[in-house]
Amino acid sequence: QRRVHGDSDLFTFTFPTFPKQSSYNVTLFPGDGIGPEISDAVIRIFEATKVPITWERHSISSKAVTPGGDLITQEALDSVLRNKVGLKGPFTTPIGGGHRSLNVTLRKTLNLYANVRPCVSIKGLDHRYQNINLVTIRENTEGEYSGLEHEVAPGIVENLKVISKPACERIAEFAFSYARLNNRKKVTAAHKANVMKMGDGLFLKVVREVAKKYPDIEYEEALIDNMCLRLVTHPENVDVMVMPNLYGDIVSDLCAGLIGGLGLTPSGNIGEHAAVFEAVHGTAPDIAGKNLANPTALLLSACMMLRHMEMVPEAVRIENACLGVLSEGKVLTRDLGGKATTTDFTQAVIDRL
Amino acid sequence: TYLQRPGDGAVRTVTLIPGEGIGPELCDAVVKVFSAAHAPVNWEIIHEWAENDGKLSEKVLESIKRNKVALKGNFDTEIGRGPLSRNVYLRKKLNLYAHVIHSFSIPGIKTRHDNLDLVIIRENTEGEYSGLEHEVVPGVVESLKVITRDASLRIAEYAFEYAFLTDRKKVTAVHKANIMKLADGNFLNACREVAKKYPMIKYDEVIIDNCCMQLVMNPWQFDVMVMPNLYGSIVSNIGAGLTGGPGVTPGANIGADFAVFEQGTRHMGKDIMGRNIANPTAMLLSSVMMLRHLRLPKFADQIEKAV
Ligand SMILES: Nc1ncnc2c1ncn2[C@@H]1O[C@H](COP(=O)(O)OP(=O)(O)OP(=O)(O)O)[C@@H](O)[C@H]1O
Ligand SMILES: Nc1ncnc2c1ncn2[C@@H]1O[C@H](COP(=O)(O)OP(=O)(O)OP(=O)(O)O)[C@@H](O)[C@H]1O
Ligand SMILES: [Mg+2]
Ligand SMILES: [Mg+2]
Repeated sequence: QRRVHGDSDLFTFTFPTFPKQSSYNVTLFPGDGIGPEISDAVIRIFEATKVPITWERHSISSKAVTPGGDLITQEALDSVLRNKVGLKGPFTTPIGGGHRSLNVTLRKTLNLYANVRPCVSIKGLDHRYQNINLVTIRENTEGEYSGLEHEVAPGIVENLKVISKPACERIAEFAFSYARLNNRKKVTAAHKANVMKMGDGLFLKVVREVAKKYPDIEYEEALIDNMCLRLVTHPENVDVMVMPNLYGDIVSDLCAGLIGGLGLTPSGNIGEHAAVFEAVHGTAPDIAGKNLANPTALLLSACMMLRHMEMVPEAVRIENACLGVLSEGKVLTRDLGGKATTTDFTQAVIDRL
Repeated sequence: TYLQRPGDGAVRTVTLIPGEGIGPELCDAVVKVFSAAHAPVNWEIIHEWAENDGKLSEKVLESIKRNKVALKGNFDTEIGRGPLSRNVYLRKKLNLYAHVIHSFSIPGIKTRHDNLDLVIIRENTEGEYSGLEHEVVPGVVESLKVITRDASLRIAEYAFEYAFLTDRKKVTAVHKANIMKLADGNFLNACREVAKKYPMIKYDEVIIDNCCMQLVMNPWQFDVMVMPNLYGSIVSNIGAGLTGGPGVTPGANIGADFAVFEQGTRHMGKDIMGRNIANPTAMLLSSVMMLRHLRLPKFADQIEKAV
């Protein structure tokens, strides 16, 4: 078993079966809103680091390109499948009109079942919370996001939350093997099985079984509301968390808040055949095109991707440069209380490299 | 000066259900403090609140129906199996549709966020707590979340009325209608409709995940918050966490006919029970809310100040 992690030991991430090559193609979706600006920042920084990656750029249409209402072409999907990795900026999903959310299309087609969201305090960034180093692992394919809803009688709506054993098994396996491969000590399963006794109960039952196979990893359970309470009072005691879809969505945003906001938190969507890395934040329409966005989240996502591709030294170099600039506090974007532009920040990272 | 009406000093009978965990210790504290304050409250204490089979005793419901007001510790609920939570059962039976949690900074308690004053109003009878679940095929479970227009309207009305009567400026509805378009959409529509009747109160909306992030980064932007059941449970725990924890955050369950007061986060505290170390502040502040509800404001002020 390999342990792949760098000196910074921060956004450690491994995918044990990634094939070794001398150079790589990676699919890039720059995205909407601030997407193109932060993607440019990543490309420039990668060039400066001489990472052996060739980007295959694909754009996403704002109109449906398939009869099913997808916004993404088969060609683009094939590109991700061929390259096995993608980096993606944020996207706007047109509301109504039978469009499927791009995220949903990607997750369903590529079966990206695990969403990994590390959250680490950045030294020097003046903040209320310190010494946070935790990871949210979110089930990405079912739960409350089933999209199954109906009006049973006028004014009465039912929404279906679906929990299935296979999906619980693979997310639990993923969480524990992630913990082991990345030298983590503890996995906490968050649930609400005192109320949703069958649904969340099934999730818990499966996680408990899987936990038995990993005696080296401490295992505990927490009610989702209690988990949130612990996160705002003692987040430094939390390590790896695993949970159903909606809870993961909520908890990962909460965690981003603890370390200074959405501009800083990376994420990866992992499946059996491919992995797509993206920032947790959205298109930030309020600052799009103004050279104000913080590229850190996408850059750290790209570093997670490098670790995933076993280019650990490159990942560590870039992370250290980026965290160095942030810790120094001289060149900060507006979301962190600074005055620097996206390009200023990017240049500062490159200078540090 | 508060001018009482003749008869306002009459002794009120209140149902007291110590429950499990730290509940009995917390209830003891309230009884002692009330007696020291000479509060005109006569406790009807219910020790045998469970039947042999573990179900909630009808005596509990009868007593609360008679007295209209109760103070309660929490009942234990099995995880992943067993019957419906007795706490949920009681709320549904008495139609206590609003759960109100007041999360505010107490001078002297050191926390990361100062000067907070949030009121979280949570729908208390449906949503994810419907208890409707089934195994469609082996290994696949469906849980039903139910959102009705009626329940959404009445909780929205309660929230706006609360804001109006307590001179609050803003009501924020919390939802996830971008994903649960119909269910949470139903809830939002009700809130928007009620908001129109209160033009003097600002109304806005926030998605639950963003809400949780905003709560830790800039909680001062919120005033009164209204939301479906599960989000309420999460947000009230965050609110409690920001102001000093479950031991200091009061709350109450209110319906048209009855009111049941308990710790705001409704935790059992099994890990610290029986050791005389539980913090009774939350329960005392809940009992202060109860005194105001019983129209005994002087006793409420007195105890609140002492706490
Ligand atoms: N990388 C970033 N740098 C700076 N600020 C950011 C960044 N990402 C998000 N923000 C800020 O955080 C807030 C929320 O951003 P987000 O992109 O999620 O907005 P949104 O309105 O939800 O967009 P979308 O509809 O695409 O999800 C905005 O005020 C935005 O400016
Ligand atoms: N009044 C109180 N004083 C001090 N600590 C409290 C008080 N109430 C709750 N707590 C603490 O808050 C935390 C959460 O409570 P608790 O463990 O009871 O949660 P729960 O979700 O109800 O779990 P369970 O029902 O399994 O006990 C615990 O550590 C508990 O000790
Ligand atoms: Mg989210
Ligand atoms: Mg967004």
